[in-house]
Amino acid sequence: MQKYQLVVPGRFESLPQIADFVGQAVRQVGFEEDDVFHVQMAVDEACSNVIEHAYGGECSGDITLTCGLEQGSDLVITIRDTGCPFEPESVSEPPLGVDLEDLPEGGLGLYFMRKLMDDISFQFDPKNGNTLTMVKRRSS
Amino acid sequence: MEISTKEMKRVSLLTVSGRIDSSTAPDFDKALQSLINANRTQIIVDMKDVEYLSSAGLRSLVSAVKSAKSGGGDVRLSQPSKRVREVMDLAGLNSIFTLYDDPVEAVGSF
Repeated sequence: MQKYQLVVPGRFESLPQIADFVGQAVRQVGFEEDDVFHVQMAVDEACSNVIEHAYGGECSGDITLTCGLEQGSDLVITIRDTGCPFEPESVSEPPLGVDLEDLPEGGLGLYFMRKLMDDISFQFDPKNGNTLTMVKRRSS
Repeated sequence: MEISTKEMKRVSLLTVSGRIDSSTAPDFDKALQSLINANRTQIIVDMKDVEYLSSAGLRSLVSAVKSAKSGGGDVRLSQPSKRVREVMDLAGLNSIFTLYDDPVEAVGSF
């Protein structure tokens, strides 16, 4: 099984490098360009959340990404950090299609991740920190 | 990301290129807010060369359109790419922002 790994400092400046890595890896395993963009965006939002929320700012730790195929065709991405535990249930889904004055200015990142990927799950353990696993199934 | 601003008689044209992500959104935000603070609330953002727009960039646009509209203006988008349109659509923002394929038409809309 092909598996790719990248370790970068948890800084916003790392985001273009992360996007390039994900783009190359997802193309390498044969996904379509629309899927490549969707995975890049989901990972960008996830890593932005890690820096902003789990690490509470820049330069607090590394982000470790892995990307590979499982069960022959499902793309599995993991994103690991050693920051504070992330509790996805504490983030409410943003109200969409509302009037301008009711429109929230935040909370879209997790919503995008859920919309763009087929499955996402969060795990935390005190020794290894947060692990986010996201799955993208190949478009038929 | 690079930003240039052109002041016209009635409209400010903000031309942006590159990635608008969590790294660059603060500068994008600053450019939009400095126009609004100077009462330049009729704003066109030309996005022809924007490769990527994340939720952080959307946050800047939403904040700017709220401020601009409360000051009697608007923020309208010119030449958004397929990917930018997709992100706007995903966020349900297509009804909030007016999108133009033609920059001349965008500027003339005010």
